[in-house]
Amino acid sequence: MGKYIGKEFSRVDGVAKVTGAAPYAAEFHVPGTAHAYLVMSRIAKGTITKIDTAAAEKSPGVVRVFTHKNTPKFANPEKYKSFKALQSPDIVFNAQPIAVVVAETFEEARAAANLVEATYRREDPFTDFFGRLEEAEQAPDSPFSGKSVQTTGEAEQAFSSAEVTFQAEYTIPAEHHNPMEPHAAVAYWKNGKLKIFDKSQDVYTVRGNLAAALGVPEDDVHVVSPYVGGAFGCSIRTNYYPFLTAMIARELKRPVKLVYTRRQMFTGHGYRPFTHQKIQLGAKKTGELTSIIHEAANNTSTVEKWNDSTTRFTRHVYACPNMKTIQRLVKTDLPTPCAMRAPGAVSGMFALESALDELAYQLEMDPLELRLKNYAEVDPANGKPYSTKALRECYRRGAEKFGWDKRKPLPRSMREGNKLVGYGMSTGIWYAFQQPATVKVVLKADGTAKLTSATSDIGPGTYTVMTIIAAEYLGIAPEKISFGLGDTQMPKAPVQGGSWTTASVGSAVHGAAMKLKSRLLALAQKNKESPLQGVGPDEVVLLDGKLQKRGQGSGGLSIVEILKAEGMDSMTEVHKETPSEIRNDYQLLAHGAQFVEVRVDEQLGTVRVTRAVEATACGKIMNPKTSHSQEMGGVVWGIGMALTEHTEVDDRFGRIMNPSLADYHVPCCADVQKVDTDFIEEDDRVVNPLGVKGMGELGMVGIPAAISNAVYHATGKRIRHLPMTPDKLLKA
Amino acid sequence: MRAFQYTRADSVENAAAEAGKNTQARFLAGGTNLLDLMKEDVERPDQLIDINRLTMTEVSESGDRIRLGALVSNTETANHPLIKRHFPLLTQAILAGASQQIRNMATNGGNLNQRTRCAYFYDTAMPCNKREPGSGCGAVGGLNRMHAIFGWSPECVAVHPSDMCVALAALDATVQVVDSSGEKREIPFANYHRLPGDSPQKDNTLAPGELITSIDLKKNKMAPHSYYLKVRDRASYAFALISVAAALQLDGNKISQARVALGGVAHKPWRVNQMEEFLQGKSTDDETFVDAAALAVKSARPLERNAFKVDLARRAIVRALQKARDGGIV
Repeated sequence: MGKYIGKEFSRVDGVAKVTGAAPYAAEFHVPGTAHAYLVMSRIAKGTITKIDTAAAEKSPGVVRVFTHKNTPKFANPEKYKSFKALQSPDIVFNAQPIAVVVAETFEEARAAANLVEATYRREDPFTDFFGRLEEAEQAPDSPFSGKSVQTTGEAEQAFSSAEVTFQAEYTIPAEHHNPMEPHAAVAYWKNGKLKIFDKSQDVYTVRGNLAAALGVPEDDVHVVSPYVGGAFGCSIRTNYYPFLTAMIARELKRPVKLVYTRRQMFTGHGYRPFTHQKIQLGAKKTGELTSIIHEAANNTSTVEKWNDSTTRFTRHVYACPNMKTIQRLVKTDLPTPCAMRAPGAVSGMFALESALDELAYQLEMDPLELRLKNYAEVDPANGKPYSTKALRECYRRGAEKFGWDKRKPLPRSMREGNKLVGYGMSTGIWYAFQQPATVKVVLKADGTAKLTSATSDIGPGTYTVMTIIAAEYLGIAPEKISFGLGDTQMPKAPVQGGSWTTASVGSAVHGAAMKLKSRLLALAQKNKESPLQGVGPDEVVLLDGKLQKRGQGSGGLSIVEILKAEGMDSMTEVHKETPSEIRNDYQLLAHGAQFVEVRVDEQLGTVRVTRAVEATACGKIMNPKTSHSQEMGGVVWGIGMALTEHTEVDDRFGRIMNPSLADYHVPCCADVQKVDTDFIEEDDRVVNPLGVKGMGELGMVGIPAAISNAVYHATGKRIRHLPMTPDKLLKA
Repeated sequence: MRAFQYTRADSVENAAAEAGKNTQARFLAGGTNLLDLMKEDVERPDQLIDINRLTMTEVSESGDRIRLGALVSNTETANHPLIKRHFPLLTQAILAGASQQIRNMATNGGNLNQRTRCAYFYDTAMPCNKREPGSGCGAVGGLNRMHAIFGWSPECVAVHPSDMCVALAALDATVQVVDSSGEKREIPFANYHRLPGDSPQKDNTLAPGELITSIDLKKNKMAPHSYYLKVRDRASYAFALISVAAALQLDGNKISQARVALGGVAHKPWRVNQMEEFLQGKSTDDETFVDAAALAVKSARPLERNAFKVDLARRAIVRALQKARDGGIV
């Protein structure tokens, strides 16, 4: 543990958030703003033959109504493959935007939006993904998960000759992120340059996409997104609304604000796709896996091929010599899916870890023992050593904390009152990604430091952890540090996704601090009398506002004095940190073991997750407090996926029918009971200078499988189709 | 939401008279449902008559009757000492519905008049005879997992969403209303909501312009043996798959009277009179309850996706009766 790193910190932006002082995209008030309201299609597939805006245009306060007829065209449409709003009369999904009404007030725009009348040439939509799996095509390769078909050994052969085999199919419905904050943009132009406040996980990509679409240089687009009220992946890609807002603002020559309604959020960005999976396991009677075959298919749109990478981790979990994964797609007349917390991983591990559990019962073996029996000491797919892997310790510590030893082996063997009790566990896995990131540090002669990097903070506590890292390595108290993010006038950072922000931006903060330390040392050594003469940069540290010899504990030179002696008001460092080459020699993964207890009211079919224990190994823990929150959030997400969340589509109309928080059931407080988290810290010198790995997605990866496994243990009923709502329990 | 005229009423007479002048007008109380529906363009009143200044704001006791003012909030009603003492079933039912914030705003009169949560009703791009008579029913051949198993018609398979009303149905409440000419009448709760038939646009039997002034309850001896059970897709803030309001008057282990109503199963709170008669005079053993529940669901007609509700209703009735027998709130 450092002076700051590893200690519990409350969020540095917490007070601003709870007092309303933190501005979210829709809260930037620009004088003269006109309000835009979307009009959505009422069919899923076809063409607009006529769109009548006359009544809307005459409605009070209306400035203009935009449709595909009068909305400016994308300057470089081929550069942006995703769905583009109001660029043609074609309808490719239901509740697609077909017009934007702009008025003096939000209420006037919304009222007039009801008056826009479209006439369509209608075609039958296809959205019944599970009904046409036979039409699945091979998925394109993925930049993150590689080829859509991957093999190790001879999986089919090994399966057919296995002593014990198991196979089953699993399905997951579409799910929507439903962050609290609705997506919004406020855009205005001045002297041919655009400034846009947007809800985004990636301001630089928004900038690039907008610049291309609007035909202006990137430098003329300024994207600002200081606070994001949850995103979970739905603001990684540039959604259609910032393009519309910027185009309309340019046409009207005045600022424009556009905010999604909750209903519009269900088609205004992507979602976790419908997913079908088949798992085949071959094993020895003693439990050693001999074959894993994992076939997955997800739905995509007609516009793009979204590969959800469902099988991305299958070949990296267990020491099995023969493995094959296949990823397929089915086109549907729905919006394009997108990354949703632990994309692919949580879906794939739901199937794989359910199947492992099923195999364990078939072998009459403890599910945890089966996993230990197949523990991978090196990566089974490529033979690389793990940079670190404390999964075994996660299993041990998690099991102990949970009380796994109190589990009675047989299903239906544990009860409390009229409730059946079940224990279930699963393995969690995620990457230890790192991306290039740049940070600017201004060390001031007043003893403060200002850091900036165009990353995002969608909730994990990025403002806070960057402040902690800067405090640690600059030797300045956290109160004297400010960290700015979410602005394209700041140095470039990667999208906040993939659980790589601390590894990427945090390492850049560390790198910048190291450079500043060297520069301060060089300045100090200009003085021939300096006590630091003859000392190398590695032998000094910045601590308590001083540059001092490592391990000295006291003495040293004040940073402020060093700067002042040189007549400097400040010292600035812009540092770009890139992943080291040594990473290529290792398999880099974060792991977790997740245990849950459920109580099932078998008469009524209701399941409650009464306890969850997460033991997590993701390198060094920078802030235990927000880390706990991250993993707890993962449990909540896992509960939602397992028990309640389900985007429902009426296939006759190709329309989402539950686009509200009343009908799309994210877990509420009463669904979440006791959640324990525990971190097994790993001293990983390979992954990055800070030794941190991904954490935000990891926490949910094993939870749906663990819950399903616990439900089986409680009831003897295996539910392979999520979510496990009461009707499915009763029917099983 | 479309433009509308806002009128603030300062008396019951004034409110009713104002409504008498305009059949398109709606009374505005808590607004928790009406304003949502206006935002979704489902309700399009050209006038809102704000009744929040009226004085129907008390829970009061008069002899063996307890009167719930139409404008008392759901929260206040649920927590009122008179209700907790005499009608704990009502307290439980109210607290099983919505969320604390919504219950703080929602009124008793408004609770009765809330509209179905059927997804097809809420979506103006979809057919719905309740919203737009003659446009067809989207749910009957569509996503009808949440829909009716009793009393539906091919024109409408929606269910009434209230929890509170299920308890009021079991408690034989009466609804006091006044019309635009000041004429008062009393509607037995069982006759207040209606089945869809061929006019599902009508949720209840209020005449145009009539205003609810109170809901009246007659004291009974069932308070110690009443229970509201709600089964839903998540632990809170979800509409009922099935709910059961059960109240028993016991004489030792003999049932001298039983009143049971179901929620989430029909266009109105579904009182199971035949089952109540069956239970009368019987002993309170589990087998009796199982037989009774089977009787209650005998006339069920499930739709394509909600057959589970028949089984679930049967199981929920047994559980609610057991809980009521064993002393209600545990």
